[in-house]
Amino acid sequence: MAKELIRLRGCSMVFDDVTVLDDINLYINDSEFLTLLGPSGCGKTTTLRIIGGFQTPTSGDILFDGVRINDVPPHKRTINTVFQKYALFPHLNVFENIAFGLRIPKVGPDGKKVRLSEDEIEQRVNEMLEVVNLRGFGSRKVTQLSGGQQQRVAIARALVNRPKVLLLDEPLGALDLKLRKDMQNELKRIQKAMEITFIYVTHDQEEALAMSDTVVVMDGGRIQQIGTPEDIYNEPKNAFVADFIGESNIIDGIMRADGVVEIFNRRFTCLDKGFEKDEPVDVVIRPEDVDIVPEDQGQLKGTVTNVTFKGMQYDIIVDFYGFKWLIQTTDLSPVGSRIGIKIDPDGIHVMKKSQYSGMFGDYSSYSEEYEEIGDVSIEPDEEEPADEE
Amino acid sequence: MKNKLSGFAVPYVVWMALVVVIPILIMAVYSVTTADFDLTGENFTRMGAYVSVFARSFELAIIATLVCLLMGYPMAYLMAKEGPGFQRVAMALIMLPMWMNFLLRTYSWMSILENNGLLNQFFSRIGLIDLVNHIGLALAADPSQYIPITHFQMIGTSGAVVLGMVYNYLPFMILPIYSVIVKLDHSLLEAAHDLGSNNITVFRRVIFPLSLPGVLSGVTMVFVPSVSTFAISRLLGGGTHMMLGDLIEQQFLGGAYDPHLGAAISMVMMVIVVVCMVVMNHFGEGEEQAVML
Repeated sequence: MAKELIRLRGCSMVFDDVTVLDDINLYINDSEFLTLLGPSGCGKTTTLRIIGGFQTPTSGDILFDGVRINDVPPHKRTINTVFQKYALFPHLNVFENIAFGLRIPKVGPDGKKVRLSEDEIEQRVNEMLEVVNLRGFGSRKVTQLSGGQQQRVAIARALVNRPKVLLLDEPLGALDLKLRKDMQNELKRIQKAMEITFIYVTHDQEEALAMSDTVVVMDGGRIQQIGTPEDIYNEPKNAFVADFIGESNIIDGIMRADGVVEIFNRRFTCLDKGFEKDEPVDVVIRPEDVDIVPEDQGQLKGTVTNVTFKGMQYDIIVDFYGFKWLIQTTDLSPVGSRIGIKIDPDGIHVMKKSQYSGMFGDYSSYSEEYEEIGDVSIEPDEEEPADEE
Repeated sequence: MKNKLSGFAVPYVVWMALVVVIPILIMAVYSVTTADFDLTGENFTRMGAYVSVFARSFELAIIATLVCLLMGYPMAYLMAKEGPGFQRVAMALIMLPMWMNFLLRTYSWMSILENNGLLNQFFSRIGLIDLVNHIGLALAADPSQYIPITHFQMIGTSGAVVLGMVYNYLPFMILPIYSVIVKLDHSLLEAAHDLGSNNITVFRRVIFPLSLPGVLSGVTMVFVPSVSTFAISRLLGGGTHMMLGDLIEQQFLGGAYDPHLGAAISMVMMVIVVVCMVVMNHFGEGEEQAVML
């Protein structure tokens, strides 16, 4: 059974009067792959650094195995970190980088210092090189390795200490797309094989969905939603989550009764219950959940204003009564044509109004906005601006 | 690598040829010739008389370099670790004496270290000299033979020469070490902590090895001027501790006028220094690349 390993209880972090983390409550189970997901500045890295011991929360507690560890320094935690830019030691070769932690005497249960023998160190390092597919790279200089290889050395250097928890701070951010996909699988495989808790920080929602057991969506220093990837995608709690995870049309609606929501003065059947009668709500409709039908059969009728070919499907923008939707379809409907749409009850997701209502999910300014939405790697306040030509 | 020189490099090539290459060649010619410019090896054999000067110069320069390293490294480390405010003040204080005239600085030390200089006056004022005399008298086998001291002998000792070197060249040790440490990637230190190192281990296994290039250039920048200094040894060593610089100066300007011998001594000193540097850089090779990272 899942056993709780780490708990953050009411953790807040304030730097120079700026609240970076606001009352974070979170528990992490043993052997879980948990992802902290959010845009930059959302507090995900700070949360990770609190767990790693590099920062102490301004208020609140962090518990490890039920013991408060707020004041335990990083080198006394059975937690290791894979840093964003790897932070490999440039004066050591691959082998010595990985052996770094093993060469430090550990205090055993009897209070005596235990030093590993050279044989044991060599065996464990070689074992680790095997795990990360870098056999025979031991004597290389880390400066001569490619980004992906450096990445794997960083992972090996952390894992060789057999930590209970591995923290990964956007470890794949610097890799190209193909390598990133490979490394995602690799990491997942290592995590399963070694049964270690992974806490993974990323701003890439696809990465989060593909790898995680649990996703924690953060924004503005707060947790917006915790759930399985399916939950987060299918049942987003608010407009921020719906927009950040995948593409969404978010429309104002009114809940007329359990299972009945009104959009554009038309009633739709849905599966959501438990709202007040006539409560204003946000309605999420994913672009792939919309069926295109001849105009006269549609629940809603609109005009196609833009078509983009995306390989697997067309992304089309359809104007319904002045509100533009993104619809993904395999059939081409040319610009200017009139179409009708049908939405199944399970394609409609109703959310309570939140501070994010009205901020997301409208494709009216499609052309400018699209590039930004389409490319998750662009983060406005990252140090390296995307290449502009 | 581009092998062709661009037009901009020409003035520098000319400059370097004029002030570096040609003078060295002239010196080399002088060192292997007599006063009538006949080829001879005599200059080098005559140098044997000065082995003790060579030994003393290198000994004092090595001591001064070690003292600079022992004082400069902790200072540089502290500066790099403290906040920018401390760094600015410390930097200003380190640089300030360097803007004062070298001779003035050294003369100041003379007046401090002299037999009736500031320090001795101070020691006498606080009764330290009397105290030493009391103890000396009490310990002396034959008290009637005991000659009481009136001052501590500081000027004219090797210690004073080393002090002068350290005082003048310490900034050249601090600055390169500081600039390497301050540029160390902070995440490397975090990584070392993360892997189980306490502060001492982080220093020993990460900060120190990565700061070696700074140490190497600091050592070079202190050792080379120390080994060839002549003003410091003359003013603070009281002429009793002749060093290579003094010896060479005498051959060109002093009573023992013999520029050919002076050139030969200079050549030998240069070769020894170059060999020292090559050996040291060889040891530091791995780290040199670390800084390039």
